[in-house]
Amino acid sequence: MASGFPELWDTRGFSRGLDAAFNGLVATWGETLEALFMPVLRLLGLMEKGLQALPWWLVALALAALAWHAARNWRTVAVVLALTLALGLIGVWDAAMATIALMLMATALSILAGIPIGVLMSRVDRLRVAALPVLDIMQTMPIFVYLIPFVMLFGPGKIPALLATIVFAIPPVIRLTDLGIRQVDPEIVEASRAFGASPGQQLWTVQVPLALPAIMAGVNQTTMMALSMVVIASMIGAGGLGYQVLQGIQRLEVSRGLLAGLGIVFLAIIFDRIAQSYGRRMQKSLKLES
Amino acid sequence: MAGGVKIRVENVSKIFGADPAAALARVWDGMGKTELLEATGHVLGLHEINLDIREGETFVIMGLSGSGKSTLIRHFNRLIEPTAGRILVDGENVLGLGPAALRAFRRHKASMVFQRFALLPHKTVLENVIYGLIIDGAPRQEARDRGMRQIELVGLAGFEGRYPGQLSGGMQQRVGLARALATDAEILLMDEAFSALDPLIRHDMQMQLRDIQSRLHKTIVFITHDLDEALLLGNHIAILKDGRLRQVGTGAGILMAPADDYVARFVRDVNRARTVTCGALAEPGPVFPSPQAASGASGWVIISDGSGGHGLMRAGGGVRNGEAQLEDAVTIEASANVEEAFGALARRDRPLVVMADGRPSGLLAWQSVLRALQRDGGRHPAPERDA
Repeated sequence: MASGFPELWDTRGFSRGLDAAFNGLVATWGETLEALFMPVLRLLGLMEKGLQALPWWLVALALAALAWHAARNWRTVAVVLALTLALGLIGVWDAAMATIALMLMATALSILAGIPIGVLMSRVDRLRVAALPVLDIMQTMPIFVYLIPFVMLFGPGKIPALLATIVFAIPPVIRLTDLGIRQVDPEIVEASRAFGASPGQQLWTVQVPLALPAIMAGVNQTTMMALSMVVIASMIGAGGLGYQVLQGIQRLEVSRGLLAGLGIVFLAIIFDRIAQSYGRRMQKSLKLES
Repeated sequence: MAGGVKIRVENVSKIFGADPAAALARVWDGMGKTELLEATGHVLGLHEINLDIREGETFVIMGLSGSGKSTLIRHFNRLIEPTAGRILVDGENVLGLGPAALRAFRRHKASMVFQRFALLPHKTVLENVIYGLIIDGAPRQEARDRGMRQIELVGLAGFEGRYPGQLSGGMQQRVGLARALATDAEILLMDEAFSALDPLIRHDMQMQLRDIQSRLHKTIVFITHDLDEALLLGNHIAILKDGRLRQVGTGAGILMAPADDYVARFVRDVNRARTVTCGALAEPGPVFPSPQAASGASGWVIISDGSGGHGLMRAGGGVRNGEAQLEDAVTIEASANVEEAFGALARRDRPLVVMADGRPSGLLAWQSVLRALQRDGGRHPAPERDA
């Protein structure tokens, strides 16, 4: 081709090498990794079955109670309750429960890993410099790309779906934990130092509590991103609402896709309301008190 | 009031920048703050500071912004590390403390009050006050009891359950003060503690600090940019400019004899009448037990029989017909400021008898008062007193 970019090096060779290396990795570590994630898989299965086995009204009540705890406001509770009931009304209850299980699991693991990473980043400048571009890449890389290596390692199923979801959803909680801790008033940190607080005491008595509104905002975003990932993750066997959408595409059934899509929207609203209310209340109490 | 040396600062220098040691060498060669910044990008924080702070005194470090005063106070508890020099507290070099020992030092020996309060917004007043005790692992109940006592001491009883954001600035700084007092530290470091408060509240806080200090006898290092505050609170005052110490002395000493032009300009506009005490201006008095004993003296003399009765007499001129002509003495306390003596000085052409600890200690003449009130104060040698 006339407009062809000159071939300066052999990309095919590079690609082949990369693929071979990864295949080798899968061959040697695949089984070990699979065994390692077995407990997570069991827990996830248990959560899904548990949520589906619970009476619908109990789940609805639990979500309503969570909303009350977060917002202390009847309107939010009414919205959450209505949307939860709507999930049943449009006939996607079981799929929605499977999606909730996957989303909660992914969010919980993201928080568990993300907050310590964020704390570390806030303390070690070099780590922050190295981590920020990685986080950017994680968020902008098309999600499908993550699916390939995870599927190769674990085979299609819930674990690769979960891991790909975590990779996609974890950056906000890391970023906002780091940012939140860095934005804590240095004078207050200095005061805690002046009174003889050890680095750990500074972290737990001052930095983390004062960064909580930011951390909660990160958790909220992470939850939303995990939810947005479920459709794509369903392509590799995550099940749930995303699988219904996928089936809608495959069978060309508009109704199936639409109802499952609506279910995802309802879930998004439910969890966004709850998480945002928590964040807002925390922010308000800190403002009042600062 | 003042005991032995509590804190000794020896040759402390601080340079901010990438290579402080090299920059310090250039300062030693005579480079000033501005040239150093231009030539090397290093900021001279402090240069060759030497101070002795006595136990139980309030030592004020004064300077304008950028003078290095906040940097200096942070050296006492090592929130900032010096580039060179030593800091001895009770004879022990603070710079030699390891991390654990330094934490113990901050928990028990020196506590701090901050300009912008630096309270923990997510904790109540009581939790803020006992923060240092909890950090130190004190049992909660004991910490609460001690905290409540401090809260009462600073006059915030009833507010212990509130959050800092619900309090006014003055009340917040009282919380800051109570927090610093709660650890029972012997040294109180106060970094522009009252500067963020409005004038009336600031005055209340100054009075409260004086009141607390008269009971607790802490060693207080107080930073301020406000000369009136320095003169009101400080037993000794150090004046800092561009990281160098310009003068150290008592308030009256600095007012009456500024060490250089900078200090002189600094103290120019002080209302001396309100800040200089009669005791500082009094001529140490010729006190004689009887008129006969004063026969060899000149000028005004005090005749005191040692049992509370005293009078004033012009030496040589006071004996008529063999009888001593004693005039009634108008007295004034040595701690009173000069302004309080104006009325008495204007009424009679006689010096006042200055009383210290219930005994006459000296004479205050209107001439010395006027001389002290002169704008350039005692910078010129005082003319010979007329007899």
